[in-house]
Amino acid sequence: MKSSRELKNYQNEQHNFKVRLGVLGLLVLITFSLLAMRFYYLQIKRYDYYQTLAENNRISIVPITPNRGLISDRNGVVFAHNFFVYTLEITPSKIDNLETTISEIAKLVEVSPTDLKRFNKQKAESHNFESIPIRTHLNEVEAARFAVNRYRFPGVELKSRLFRHYPLGKLGSHMVGYIGRINDKDLEDLDDADLLSNYKGSDHIGKSGIEQSYESALHGTTGFQQVEIDADGRAVRVLSSQAPISGNNLILSVDSKLQEIAETAFGEHRGALVAIKPSTGEVLAFVSMPTFDPNLFVDGIDFDSWDSLNNSLDKPLINRPLRGIYPPGSTFKPFSALAGLEAGIRQPPFSIYDNGFFTLPNSTHRYRDWKPGGHGKVDMRRAITISCDTFFYGLAMELGIERLTNFVRHFGFGQKSGVDISGEIAGLLPTPEWKMRRYKQPWYMGETVIAGIGQGYTLVTPMQLAQATAILANKGVAMRPHLVAAITDTKTGATSLTKEIVNEKIPLDEKNLEIVRLGMIDVTLPGGTAASVGANATYSIAAKTGTAQVVGIKQNEKYNANAIDERHRDHALFIAYAPAEEPKIALAVIVENGGHGGSAAGPIARKVMDYYLLGKLPAIEPTSESLQITKPNNAAAPIKPIENAPEDEHFD
Amino acid sequence: MISQLLQGLFKHIDSFLMGCLLFTILVGLFVLYSASGHSFERVSSQLINIAVALIIMWLIASIQPQFLERVAVPVYLLGVILLIGVALFGDVSHGARRWLNLGITKIQPSEIMRIAVPLMLAWFFAKREASPRIKDFVIATALLLIPVALIIKQPDLGTALLVSASGFFVIFLAGLSWRFLLGGIVLTGALMPVFWSMLHDYQRKRIEILIDPSQDPLGAGYHTIQATIALGSGGMTGKGWLNGTQAQLDFLPERTTDFIFAVFGEEFGMAGNLILLLLFSLIIARGLVIAAEAKSTFTRLLAGSITLTFFTYAFVNMGMVSGLLPVVGVPLPLISYGGTSMVTLLLSFGILMSIQTHKKLVASG
Repeated sequence: MKSSRELKNYQNEQHNFKVRLGVLGLLVLITFSLLAMRFYYLQIKRYDYYQTLAENNRISIVPITPNRGLISDRNGVVFAHNFFVYTLEITPSKIDNLETTISEIAKLVEVSPTDLKRFNKQKAESHNFESIPIRTHLNEVEAARFAVNRYRFPGVELKSRLFRHYPLGKLGSHMVGYIGRINDKDLEDLDDADLLSNYKGSDHIGKSGIEQSYESALHGTTGFQQVEIDADGRAVRVLSSQAPISGNNLILSVDSKLQEIAETAFGEHRGALVAIKPSTGEVLAFVSMPTFDPNLFVDGIDFDSWDSLNNSLDKPLINRPLRGIYPPGSTFKPFSALAGLEAGIRQPPFSIYDNGFFTLPNSTHRYRDWKPGGHGKVDMRRAITISCDTFFYGLAMELGIERLTNFVRHFGFGQKSGVDISGEIAGLLPTPEWKMRRYKQPWYMGETVIAGIGQGYTLVTPMQLAQATAILANKGVAMRPHLVAAITDTKTGATSLTKEIVNEKIPLDEKNLEIVRLGMIDVTLPGGTAASVGANATYSIAAKTGTAQVVGIKQNEKYNANAIDERHRDHALFIAYAPAEEPKIALAVIVENGGHGGSAAGPIARKVMDYYLLGKLPAIEPTSESLQITKPNNAAAPIKPIENAPEDEHFD
Repeated sequence: MISQLLQGLFKHIDSFLMGCLLFTILVGLFVLYSASGHSFERVSSQLINIAVALIIMWLIASIQPQFLERVAVPVYLLGVILLIGVALFGDVSHGARRWLNLGITKIQPSEIMRIAVPLMLAWFFAKREASPRIKDFVIATALLLIPVALIIKQPDLGTALLVSASGFFVIFLAGLSWRFLLGGIVLTGALMPVFWSMLHDYQRKRIEILIDPSQDPLGAGYHTIQATIALGSGGMTGKGWLNGTQAQLDFLPERTTDFIFAVFGEEFGMAGNLILLLLFSLIIARGLVIAAEAKSTFTRLLAGSITLTFFTYAFVNMGMVSGLLPVVGVPLPLISYGGTSMVTLLLSFGILMSIQTHKKLVASG
């Protein structure tokens, strides 16, 4: 009984299975019939259409490259635009003998070995049916000469292509950046981002600066034409087309005139300057000296130019504001000062009597002030004004490294400012944990002491220093710095302003800010370390000078600026904001090997502020040769301390 | 003596199926020669792929199906573990994480799943003595969805589709009630948004461009447009072997792999296409017969799933090249260049032959 039911079940199951198999077999029949119908439609019904496309004429999809967006300064002065040039292009698949054709072309227009090299490289990288330039930048005569001989060259076309041009040349080149030919790495990146089809027909892509960071806004959307081409490869009929959409135009917050004044003020010096509008975070000037001509890079830089740029001792290709790292030196003191005030340990009427050195408890080691013999009685305000090292040694010791770094970190030290171009590095704000990780050594109290005056491990980029100054000027409200102020959509014509983003609001006591501000104003008044910078100013300037050491000077050796190699002189630093009561501009200047901050970097800052606040153009300057490097300040210990701390140290 | 030896050697080869397979493969070699721009190198490298695949097929055909039943679970588990390995440690290329580097060699575990999933599900239903209940179908669906989800995540849409199909066919043939099938279809429709959100951007774009290839004529749509031109210009009898202008002139992308059917259709026309359809139909028909005659639940389900997965393969590829289906990176079975798919395919045909030629033993045992 049971087994017969099982048998029945089994038969049932098998029957069921076969029914289902039959259903699926039917599905196969239906879908294959569908395919057959599709083949019939394509190959019989529409045969003539496809036959025409494929056989007599060929269909070709021609990308139409969009115009790259323009880059201009806040007043509409153009930093980057496009212009048309004639190019001579070959479509290899339409040519029987490439070598003969090229040598025939060479009889009409000059084809250099470099052109040939580039042509062969691009040919290897592209489809046979794509057209590849054999010559670019043909002049009118060459273009005309080819045009009359055009009938002899099927498969060779005279085209006009858009080229990028930077009319201001070297001005602001680190900020604007440049575009260059798309290479294999770019192609991979585009492929990963699934943007490859939008770059069909594009030869160039942003390689640095704004050109790179705003690539997606600047590039635009590639259009295309579906065209029939005859046996000679000429377009006979456009079947369909879609216009390209031009890239968006960028309006920078930078003022090109201000930028020019700043760059000129550097003269032959190397260095960097960043100026920021504190209340908005707009970057007003972004200087990296020396600079270079971005036009060289657009169509592939030639070897000699590259070699001389890349191997120059001045390192013109380095983006100093973002990637140059310097010890902040005494420009760090206002931030230490605020840390001490906020912690409640240096509130007025606190003062010290400075004998010219500081010693840690239970130690004979002397940390010397830059002024032998000391400054006498010094309170917080005066400590900033005269840049008293001894005052800040004690402040840092009492505060401790943790409290100090935790406070100043809010001002952006040791972290990227978040400015809208890539490549920024974070600098360094040392902590005991960091030192243990990095050097496997404990933190020494002496390192805390010198950290208080911006020496030791601390490293900043000019961008960071400018941002910290802007935050100070803006009473603790940190705006995110940005170079692009607005983007104009070329399709709709609508301009969208860059959102001003508050990175952080540091809660600070108004009283404490006032003490630091007054100290910094006094810096530019008679008796301050940068009194000359403030001379005859019709607005008030809050500032701080700084000096960062390049090479270690041995104990008991005097620092003599004139006696040592120019490249071993100290870096000059200067931070300022003005007008001090209602700051409209905050900036940081670094002059490499410039000597003292007040005398080398300060005047550059003054010219920038004068122009920005008063519209005043700088007077014609004496040549750089006569620029004096004054006040050789006394020497200091190595920047990279300190296993066996030297007998005494002193810093400005 | 020699004839005896030959008979022994080919005892487990199904001659009808073998004939159809070899003929299709031969056609494939001719198309490959044309599509690769007359490259003997490509053809000989494909010949090596074929030789290896045939040996594997022969070995599998000689093995008893009961052995496959025994290894079903371990193979499935190994496959899932390797897929998890890929998700955690896999090598990424072009935004997809598909390969697992084992130090000695790189493997693509999703390929294993093409065999492992039907094996596992067939084993699962064979274990259920009486008619499977709802609970069993739920478990089976879970067993299917685990690897499929991992493969979609990689992402490899083509393989995920084929693995899902192979699993679905087992479940369907095992007697999934029609009501549930309908319910499942409705549920799948409802889950589409979830599925959509799991896809990578480029996959979504592919699907969007499927609906309207002209959206992106420079990118993904380019393939479809060029392929339809090649097919359409082939006409009734084609342009003749080695004479396909579209194929020879670099217009067609991936013309030795996923788009080889466009070359075939251009050079051999509608007539060639129908002959190829016929060949595939014969192979499928033979597979269905083998499934119908199979004696155990396990072999029956397995044979049915293998045959219909082969059908899915062929249909998806030809549909994609002729512009009926989205471009999902599925090769044309037995024709496209490539070792992995050739081995997986002939291995599965080896299983079919094993099921067919060991039938008597199973019946008597």
